[in-house]
Amino acid sequence: MRLGRLTMALATMAALAGPAMAQSPIKVGEINSYKVIPAFLEPYRKGWELAAEEINKSGGINGRPLEVISRDDNGAPGDAVRAAEELVSREGVALLTGGFLSHVGLAIADFAKQRKMPFIASEPLTDKLVWENGNAYTFRLRASTYMQVSMLVEEAVKLNKKRWALVYPNYEYGQSAIASFKLLMADRQPGVEFVVEQAPPLNRIDAGSVAQAVADAKPDAIFNVTFGADLQKFVREGTTRGLFKDMTVLSVLGGEPEYLDPLRDEAPVGWIVTGYPWYAIDTPEHKAFLAAYQAKFNDYPRLGSVVGYAAMISVGEALRKAKSTDPEAIVAATKGLKHSTPFGPITYREIDHQSTMGAYVGRIGLKDGKGVMVDWRYEPGERHLPSDDVVKKLRPQ
Amino acid sequence: MTAPVLAVEEIGKSFKGFRAVERVSFSVDAGELLALIGPNGAGKTTTFNMINGQLAPDHGRVRLGGEDVTRSPPRALWRAGVARTFQITQTFASMSVAENLLVAILSRESATGLLADAGRANADEIQARLDEVGMGHAADTLCSVLAYGDLKRVELAIALVNDPRLLLMDEPTAGMAARERGALMRLVAERARQRNTAVLFTEHDMDVVFGHADRVVVMNRGRLIAEGTPAEVRANPLVREVYLGSTIGEANP
Amino acid sequence: MIASFLIQTLNGLASASLLFLVALGLTLIFGVTRVVNFAHGSFFMLGAYLAVSFHGFVGGGVLGFWGGALFAALAVGVVGAVAELTILRRIYRAPELLQLITTFGIVLLLKDVVLYTWGPEDILGPRAPGLTGAVWIFGKPFPQYDLLLLVLGPLIGLSVWLLLTRTDWGTRVRAATEDRDMAAALGINQALMFTGVFALGALLAGLAGALALPREPANHNMDLTIIADVFVVTVVGGLGSLPGAYVAAVIISVVKAWCIGIGDVRLFGMAFSFSKLTLVAEFIVMAIVLIIRPWGLFGTPQSPQRVSAASILPMPVPDVKRLWPLALVALALLMLPLLADRFTVVLATDIIIFALFAASLGLIMGLGGMASFGHAAYFGAGAYAAAVAFKAGAPFFVAVPAGVAFAGALAMLFGWFCVRLSGVSLAMLTLAFAQITWAIAFQWDSVTGGSNGLVGIWPPDLLSGKTAYYFATLLLAGAAILIIWRSAHAPLGYLMRAARDSRIRAEAVGVDVRIIQWRAIILAGAAAGLAGALYVFSKGSLSPDSLSIPRSVDALAMVLIGGVQTLVGPVVGAAVFMLLQDWIVRATPYWHAVLGITLILITIIFPQGIVGTLRQWRQRREGGP
Repeated sequence: MRLGRLTMALATMAALAGPAMAQSPIKVGEINSYKVIPAFLEPYRKGWELAAEEINKSGGINGRPLEVISRDDNGAPGDAVRAAEELVSREGVALLTGGFLSHVGLAIADFAKQRKMPFIASEPLTDKLVWENGNAYTFRLRASTYMQVSMLVEEAVKLNKKRWALVYPNYEYGQSAIASFKLLMADRQPGVEFVVEQAPPLNRIDAGSVAQAVADAKPDAIFNVTFGADLQKFVREGTTRGLFKDMTVLSVLGGEPEYLDPLRDEAPVGWIVTGYPWYAIDTPEHKAFLAAYQAKFNDYPRLGSVVGYAAMISVGEALRKAKSTDPEAIVAATKGLKHSTPFGPITYREIDHQSTMGAYVGRIGLKDGKGVMVDWRYEPGERHLPSDDVVKKLRPQ
Repeated sequence: MTAPVLAVEEIGKSFKGFRAVERVSFSVDAGELLALIGPNGAGKTTTFNMINGQLAPDHGRVRLGGEDVTRSPPRALWRAGVARTFQITQTFASMSVAENLLVAILSRESATGLLADAGRANADEIQARLDEVGMGHAADTLCSVLAYGDLKRVELAIALVNDPRLLLMDEPTAGMAARERGALMRLVAERARQRNTAVLFTEHDMDVVFGHADRVVVMNRGRLIAEGTPAEVRANPLVREVYLGSTIGEANP
Repeated sequence: MIASFLIQTLNGLASASLLFLVALGLTLIFGVTRVVNFAHGSFFMLGAYLAVSFHGFVGGGVLGFWGGALFAALAVGVVGAVAELTILRRIYRAPELLQLITTFGIVLLLKDVVLYTWGPEDILGPRAPGLTGAVWIFGKPFPQYDLLLLVLGPLIGLSVWLLLTRTDWGTRVRAATEDRDMAAALGINQALMFTGVFALGALLAGLAGALALPREPANHNMDLTIIADVFVVTVVGGLGSLPGAYVAAVIISVVKAWCIGIGDVRLFGMAFSFSKLTLVAEFIVMAIVLIIRPWGLFGTPQSPQRVSAASILPMPVPDVKRLWPLALVALALLMLPLLADRFTVVLATDIIIFALFAASLGLIMGLGGMASFGHAAYFGAGAYAAAVAFKAGAPFFVAVPAGVAFAGALAMLFGWFCVRLSGVSLAMLTLAFAQITWAIAFQWDSVTGGSNGLVGIWPPDLLSGKTAYYFATLLLAGAAILIIWRSAHAPLGYLMRAARDSRIRAEAVGVDVRIIQWRAIILAGAAAGLAGALYVFSKGSLSPDSLSIPRSVDALAMVLIGGVQTLVGPVVGAAVFMLLQDWIVRATPYWHAVLGITLILITIIFPQGIVGTLRQWRQRREGGP
């Protein structure tokens, strides 16, 4: 049983943790699309399992153990909302966390607003979650689409290329990434041109045709937002057809082990990406996390592992700071909450409930027949968020 | 003189260059039983289907009481007073005998409601009509379990629900035991005379044809070759030649 | 420009080869066994994973790649044979389309088998040795492997064609395709032939999966992404037609490649993205083809379906004295909020909503004999219309009727085309319409919120409590279900069943079958729209998945599990399906496999659906007919 019976395991752990934690556990509801996005979410699950274990080993939350109850939403917002209802009303969880797909995340966020239940969204990247559709009860951990694009725009501007090709999956994530990219580029590099846009359906890219269409437009550089199997197909076809020869390519998420590792020795060298070079980060926070993760799972962490881990740490810290399971107290505590993560310290901003967790930006290189990130640096999230005035305008008050 | 119930005028039909029916004309009067016969491939079924609306003729006219009904679809013909039975019985297999009649009655009344109770109001009529064909005892039996001969009777009852001016019967006795054939045709003849219904039927069984038809038309190779009373037709040398060598009353087209 | 166009055409032809191989298997299986094999995409996926493993085991080189392809094809062929022998064989006599649910169970099962065996990450497969580069055609590089595929597809198709036309076995298979009963009468060993055809079909899908590896990594989405396209190809080409499948695969693939090649265009001053059109290009092609040629490009008009008495259950007017269990259920539903916790009330609300959704499909499928693979279109349309109206300021009590009206209007539009078709063609046309509707909801950001959908759609204060909303749902959906039940023994229901039992007899007693069917579709669409509108207000949010294929499949599963030829069947099916899913998802991480096996078992044990089969058992015990 690779996925394990978490609830039971955690409850047992809590029971074994000794007299200090004899009190009833604090329940946390976790919802995600485990069956739809297994490549990202299985490591994600391991991440939060590790965090929950660490929290309970160190005495739990103000003396009470943490119990995580996890639900699969099958990638459907309706199912997610039903699961949330079950977690809240039957299991009596103190708060909700999780989410991967944007539309599912938004649906849970709206439920959280309606039921006045704190929700720490971990992975949904849509900007709307904290801006246009932001609400008092919803927080988000990960660097949003806008932030990731902003990090790459900084690199794009340095390149000073005029003719750009845009390739993105045809759904909100791809569309808003492209919208942000166009806006930021037009602002910082007047005269920039977008010569071709290809928006293949998610998971169904006709990579050969797309690569051909991009090549025909003769761009100076490519901005790519596809990921997963689409990315792998695009890399292969584009490489075979010579599209990437001497071509500058920027690719959001391209350096995440989930998407880079399957490419093995075919990893596209030289691409500028956001990602997670777990093998090279030597901050104490990350080293500790890496050691603990490898010890527990005998596997290396993916980006999902870090997000899952950090999300559960956020949950624990919020509950600890709130000193209560009252929803309003948890919300108040999460506003401005600061804590450490494997990526360094983060803060949940009061203004829009977005955390300042950043991402790593670098180039793809090859090492021992495997794709790695080289020349990387950490980009803190706070550097890539718009000014407070802009945020205030975006977010309903 | 009033127009005949059915007048077929010079109708013809070709399939991919093959002339299945050429310029065939005949008519049926009220209360008359007309048999349409001919050997296999003579064009009976094609003619029949041009009359009942399943096939559109290439040329010619079909008139009902003088009115042109050429190319009218079957449902329009039914509303104009034409009912039919099929060579292989067509009934509603998931329904009881009574419900089969009910459908025809609902159609006749143009009832298509969503909430109205379909059953109650028509129970008496259904029983009466079933009694008429000798199936009154089987009103609640499912059609799917009826014997073939009984099914034929039910189909006749369905066909008669709109008290048709013209009844079209395609091989009415096909597949029935010899003993049952006479009974069914007597029932039809009796009904036709009572209600002044015109009946046109195709048939292979010559005993049925000569025993029950008032008049007979004979087709061969797409053309009408003879017409007259059973006795006249029987005596016609052309007809004899056409049927020579083939035992009268065998196989289907 | 011309060169680009030609290269895009070649791209399309290369993609068409793989699509064709999968479709070829599907069309063979359908032709002989009449099984609409949902699991065919899973065979494709399994082929890819098996070939990857073979390559990992044997190592690279010619043996690793081509040996892997051969191994994967044979292994998947064996899997197909096993599936036929152990599962499908038991349900050939069940009503048409029940196999759809059985094979859907196989899809779920194989999904988890693959996840468990090969892990969650995508696996980039080997490239064909010696064919990793590109050749220059029209001054542009074109992958060598694609060139090979382009030839390989038709070649394999040709060999299957020779197998069918030049061997005894093939002749028998073709005889069975043309007339199953006749073949049986001629003493052809059907059991053996069915297994053989199933194995051959699966083998072709497995081979295609292995051959796809140089172009796409083995991944968990392969099954469902290809199956829709393959259905489309099979139907566009004409069910059972081998050359048709190839031509259709070429048309679909080349149209998509051209769309990508054309890219963004300004038409009448408006920017239009042909690249985004690839989202539904195949379904637009299918809708057009089906409207013009209902039997597909190379198909022949189906002879009027022979209705076998075995597949049609009688539906007598219920005896009022036997309705007491219904009264008990009604009483239990009224008492539920007093006895159960809040979540149970929420779950019950969902079940009632889906019961209405299933009952509305049951109306046209069961009574009307018109299967729909796209019933979610009406559910989603009702939900979207209600949500958009609500967002525009309409109160709940206006928004919900607006949803019903819009769904009914959409059913009026779609139904007008659908009633001109029958059988699988009709079902596939509904699928095409549903996918087009889905794509519109997916793309029309300003109104529908695009892929994110709409949020913040909650009922007014009066109904904001879960119990209050439960009663509102019970009242509205319950009333709609009662109307649907009632209609079965009202004139409309009788005329629908008459048209289903014998269209020719119905027409001969003056029934305008199309009009009756059209009315039924509009009624069913409006009822599904009510379910959708109630659903959106119970969840507060809405996204395009409410219009998607899985939602339509859920409805089909509910109807067929409960019993398509019974009145209460769809409602019972909805309750069973929802409760099962709710329970299994929470009970095990491998819920796909458990749910899949459960669906397979249910369809085997209850071939007429739970209600239909229980009724047969009771009749047998009572010694009735």
